[in-house]
Amino acid sequence: MDFPKELKYTKDDEWVKMIDDTTALVGITDYAQDQLNDIVFVTLPAVGDEVTADTPFGDVESVKAVSDLVCPVTGVVAEVNEELDDSPELLNSDPYGNWIIKVENITGFADLMDADAYEAKTKEG
Amino acid sequence: MGTYVPTTAKEREEMLRVIGVDSIDGLYRSVPADMLLGDNLNLPDGMSELEVREAIADIAEKNKIYKTCLRGAGSYRHFIPAVVKSVASREELLTAYTPYQAEISQGILQSIFEFQTMICELTGMDVSNASHYDGATAAAETVTMCRDRKRRKAYVAATAHPHVIETMQTYCWASNTEIAVVPAKDGRVDKEALKAALGDDAACFYLQQPNFCGQMEDAAEIGEIVHAAGAKFVMGVNPIACAIMKTPRECGADIAVGEGQPLGMDIAFGGPYLGFMAVPKKMTRSLPGRIVGQTVDTEGKRGFVLTLSGREQHIRREKASSNICSNQALCAFTAGVYLSAMGETGLKQAATLCISKAHYLAAQLEKELGWKLVYGGEFFHEFVTECPDADKALKALDAHGILGGLPVEGGILWCVTELLTKKKLDEVVAILKEVF
Amino acid sequence: MAEELKLIFERGTEEQHLTLLPECDVPVVELSEKRESRLHLPHVCENDLIRHYTALSKRVHGVNDGFYPLGSCTMKYNPKINEAMAALPGFTQIHPLQPVETVQGCLEVIHTLNSLLCEVTGMQGMTMQPAAGAHGEFSGLMLIKAYHQDRGDTGRTKIIVPDSAHGTNPASAVMAGFSVINIPSGSDGCVDLDALRAAVGPDTAGLMLTNPNTVGIFDKNILEITGIVHEAGGLCYYDGANLNAVMGVVRPGDMGFDCIHMNLHKTFSTPHGGGGPGAGAVGCKEFLKKYLPGPEVELKDGKYVLVKPEKSFGRVKSFYGNFLVVVRALTYVMTLGKQGIPEAAKNAVMNANYMRVKLAKAYDMAYDEICMHEFVMCLQKLHEETGVSALDIAKGMLDNGIHPPTMYFPTIVHEALMVEPCETESKETMDEVCEIYCKLAELARTDPEALHTAPHATPVRRLDEVKAARDQVVRYEFH
Repeated sequence: MDFPKELKYTKDDEWVKMIDDTTALVGITDYAQDQLNDIVFVTLPAVGDEVTADTPFGDVESVKAVSDLVCPVTGVVAEVNEELDDSPELLNSDPYGNWIIKVENITGFADLMDADAYEAKTKEG
Repeated sequence: MGTYVPTTAKEREEMLRVIGVDSIDGLYRSVPADMLLGDNLNLPDGMSELEVREAIADIAEKNKIYKTCLRGAGSYRHFIPAVVKSVASREELLTAYTPYQAEISQGILQSIFEFQTMICELTGMDVSNASHYDGATAAAETVTMCRDRKRRKAYVAATAHPHVIETMQTYCWASNTEIAVVPAKDGRVDKEALKAALGDDAACFYLQQPNFCGQMEDAAEIGEIVHAAGAKFVMGVNPIACAIMKTPRECGADIAVGEGQPLGMDIAFGGPYLGFMAVPKKMTRSLPGRIVGQTVDTEGKRGFVLTLSGREQHIRREKASSNICSNQALCAFTAGVYLSAMGETGLKQAATLCISKAHYLAAQLEKELGWKLVYGGEFFHEFVTECPDADKALKALDAHGILGGLPVEGGILWCVTELLTKKKLDEVVAILKEVF
Repeated sequence: MAEELKLIFERGTEEQHLTLLPECDVPVVELSEKRESRLHLPHVCENDLIRHYTALSKRVHGVNDGFYPLGSCTMKYNPKINEAMAALPGFTQIHPLQPVETVQGCLEVIHTLNSLLCEVTGMQGMTMQPAAGAHGEFSGLMLIKAYHQDRGDTGRTKIIVPDSAHGTNPASAVMAGFSVINIPSGSDGCVDLDALRAAVGPDTAGLMLTNPNTVGIFDKNILEITGIVHEAGGLCYYDGANLNAVMGVVRPGDMGFDCIHMNLHKTFSTPHGGGGPGAGAVGCKEFLKKYLPGPEVELKDGKYVLVKPEKSFGRVKSFYGNFLVVVRALTYVMTLGKQGIPEAAKNAVMNANYMRVKLAKAYDMAYDEICMHEFVMCLQKLHEETGVSALDIAKGMLDNGIHPPTMYFPTIVHEALMVEPCETESKETMDEVCEIYCKLAELARTDPEALHTAPHATPVRRLDEVKAARDQVVRYEFH
C-alpha cells in the first residue's frame, strides 16, 4: 500500500497536492481504491463548479456500491480529468498518477494529515 | 375455504415443538395484545376454486366485449399472433423473480437484451432500458433526465395524450419542477407558440408522434426549435408507426419513449402496459431502470447480467434519480416475442394496413356521410371527423357490437388497425348511414 | 457443459418470416416522410421462433421450479386459477375508455379489491393505480405532501427513513420532493426511539417504515413510534413489503399508519414475471382520501362510477393501473377469505421460525429471537474463519438447484443472507433445504475453494460484472 510522502491526506481517503498557494490537484488514495474494488464509473463535477471542503463533489462507482468523493478544499473547479470518463479503472491502477479534479482560487481546507498520520489511520480501520 | 398452505396439523405441531412455542399465536408475542385482530377480520369466507371461478366469471360477464373496436386514444387493439400468447404464457418466465442471480436467469436476461436491441432499432437509439411502467410514466421520468442546475422548466405539447400530460404534471409537482403546456393550432403543436415559450431555463420539450388526435407532427422542425433554445427534445412514439415513420433519432430527439402496449399486449382495461425508454449512447447514465449488459463468464462463455446498477435505488438510495425497482418485465418479453414474430416485413405490413385502412374509413365517412376531417394534417391510424350527434352515432354502432371512436372536442376520434377488413369498414359506414 | 445460446438475431435467414397478415384490401397509403434507417428485427420461421423461446425458458428459475426464499420478496406459490381469471376475454378484451355502463365488471373488480384490502389493512380509501411497490411509495408520499400543502404547512420538507430501509424508500422520498433524514437502527434492529425523537420537528413531513422491519422483527414500540411522529405533526407511511407476516393478524391502520402501499406481486400471490408487472396498491385513512390520484371507483345508486377525488394530487400513470394484476389479486383474496388470509400470515411466520431454529446450528443468526416471516443470517464470522462469503454460499446453492436467499440486504447486517420461506412451502421441502444449507456451511470449512468458484453446474458460471459495466454492450449490433 502506497502513501507518498509529498502529499497531504484527509480522513475521507482523498489526497491533495498543492501546485501553488491557491491551486491543488485532488485524487483518491491507494487505500481507497483498494476498498472500492474495480471502479466502473466516476461522476465528475463541471469546470467552473464551486467546491467546498468536507462536502461531496462527485462520486465513484464500483459494481455494487457508490462512494462519495469528499472535497479537501474550498475553491473552484479549474479542470477535470476527462480520461476517467472512458477509463475509470485508471484510479485503480494508478491512484496517485491520476488526479480527479484541479481546484483553483482555494480559500479553505479540510483537516489535512501527512502520510504517516494517514497510514496510521488506515490501520485503525 | 381456499388455502395454499401445505403443512398438515401434525407437522405444524412438530414444527412448533422445534421452535419452542406452544402455539402459532405465541409467535406474535411482540405484538401488543390489543392490536391483534383475533376473529374481528371482517372479510367474506374463503372459497373453493370452483366457487371462485364462478364468482369471478360472473363479474367478467358484466363487461361488454365489443367484437369490433374503432377506439384508440392510448389503448390499441391489434392482431396478436398465436405464438405470442403461447410463448408469453410460459410459466417458467411468469413465476421467475428479477434476474439478480444471473447464472440461473440467462433466459430472462437474454430476452431483455433482445428487447433492448429491438427498442433501439425501432427508435434509432443506442441504449434502451428494460422497461418502465407505461408510456406516461416513461414520459414523466424524462424530465429528471433533462433537468440540470440552470435548466429547470419542462414543456409538453397540448397534443400529447391527456394522461401523459397529467402524469408529467404530477411528477413535476412532486419534484417542484415547473411544467408548461404548449398550445395546439389546427390539431398540431403551434410552432410559433413553442418558439415563444421556450426560455433560457427550458430543460425539455415532450412531443407525441403521432399525437393524441392521430396527426403527424413536424417532428424534425420542432426538434430544431427545441435545440435552438438549448433544451432537450423528447419524443413519445407509437412503436408500430416507427416501422414506417422517421425515427426519433432521425428527428433529432435526445430521448425516445412510448407506450409499447400495441406490441402484443391485450387492451385489458388499461393494464398492464409497457413503457419504453431509449437514448443515444452519451445519455446512458441518465436512464432510469434496469439495463441488461453482455459479458462473459469464468470460462469465457457469453452471458448477460443486470448492469450499470450504480444508477439505481438499491445502490444510490436517496441519490438515485429514480426509485424504479420492478418494471414491466413480462410485458417487455411479450413485446420482444411480438417483434420477433412480425419481423421487419410484418411490422411494416401492420403499419401499412393501419394507415391505409384508417384513410379508407376517413374517405368513406366523408363520401357517404359528409363528415369531414377536423384537422388538415397527415395522419397515421387515428383521425378526428366531425359528427352532428356523437351519442347517436355511437349508440347505433354499439347495437351492432361495435365500439365507435372516442367523442372528443370537434367530433369523434376514430382508430383503425389491421384487424378491420374493408368489408367491416363498409359495414360501419352503412350502419351510420342508416341513422344519419 | 451447456452450449451457448444464440440470440434471436443470430438465427434464421433474411427471407424467413411468419405468414401473419393478409394483403391490403384498400388503397395503400404511405407517409410523406418515411423512416430512412433500416429496421433490423429478427427473421426466423415460426418453428425456430418457438425453439428459441423454449430454449430461453429452460434457462430460467421460477417458483414453479423450486424453493425461492428471497427475503423481502415473498415469492409464494402463484395460483393457476389467478392466471385463468386474468385471461378471461371479459377482462382482456375491454377497452379502458369504453362507456362506464359497459365496464361495470371491471369497476367491480377494482372496487371489491379496494374494500377487501381496506379491511385487511385498516384503511378507508384505496387506489390500484400505481404499477409497482416503488410507484406506490411515491404515490403514498404524494398523499402526505398534498395533505401538508393543503393545510398551508409548507415547511414540512423532510421524510424520516430508518437506515435498514429498502433503497426505494429514500429514492421515492426524493422523487416526491422531500429530503431524507436517515436514522440509525438500534442494536436490536428496531427503530432507535431516541434517534427518532431527535429527528422529528416542525420540518417533519412523515416517517416511512415497514413493520415487521427489514430484519424480520416486529417492532413492539410501533405505537410509540407512530405517536412520536404524529405529535410532531408528521404522518406515518407503511411500506407494505412485509405485510405477509401480519395480514389478517394485525393491521397497519391499527399500528398508527396513515397511508400504506402493498405489493400485490408479493403478498397477494401475483407472479413476478421476471421483474414485473406488479401492482402497488395504495391505501389511506379517511382524511387522505380526497388526495388520491383518481379517477377512483365509487358505488352510487347500485352502479359503479369513476370519480376524481376533489383534491387529487394527480395521476401517476395512464388509465387505472395494472388491471389484470388486480384481477389476480382479487381472485386470491376471495379464495383465501376470512380464514385463509390470517392463516397464510401465521404459517409464513411459523415456517420462517422453523427454518431459523434448524439453521441456527450451522449459521449465525443476526438476531437471536422469534422472527416474523423472514430472518437474517450473518455470515461475517464464517467469512473471517473460512474466507467464504455470503455470495459464495449463495452460488453454492445454485449448484444444488435452489434459489439463494436475498444477499447483502439489509445493509445493516454484514454478509447478510435473508431467508423468507413463505407459507406455501411444505415441511418436506424446508427440511431438504435446511440440509443443503447445513452441508454448504460444512463445505465452507472443508473445501472453501469449491464455493469460491461456484456455481459449477449452471448454464453459465460466474459472470464478469466489471466487464459488463465497463464495456457497456447493451444491445446487439447488426452488420
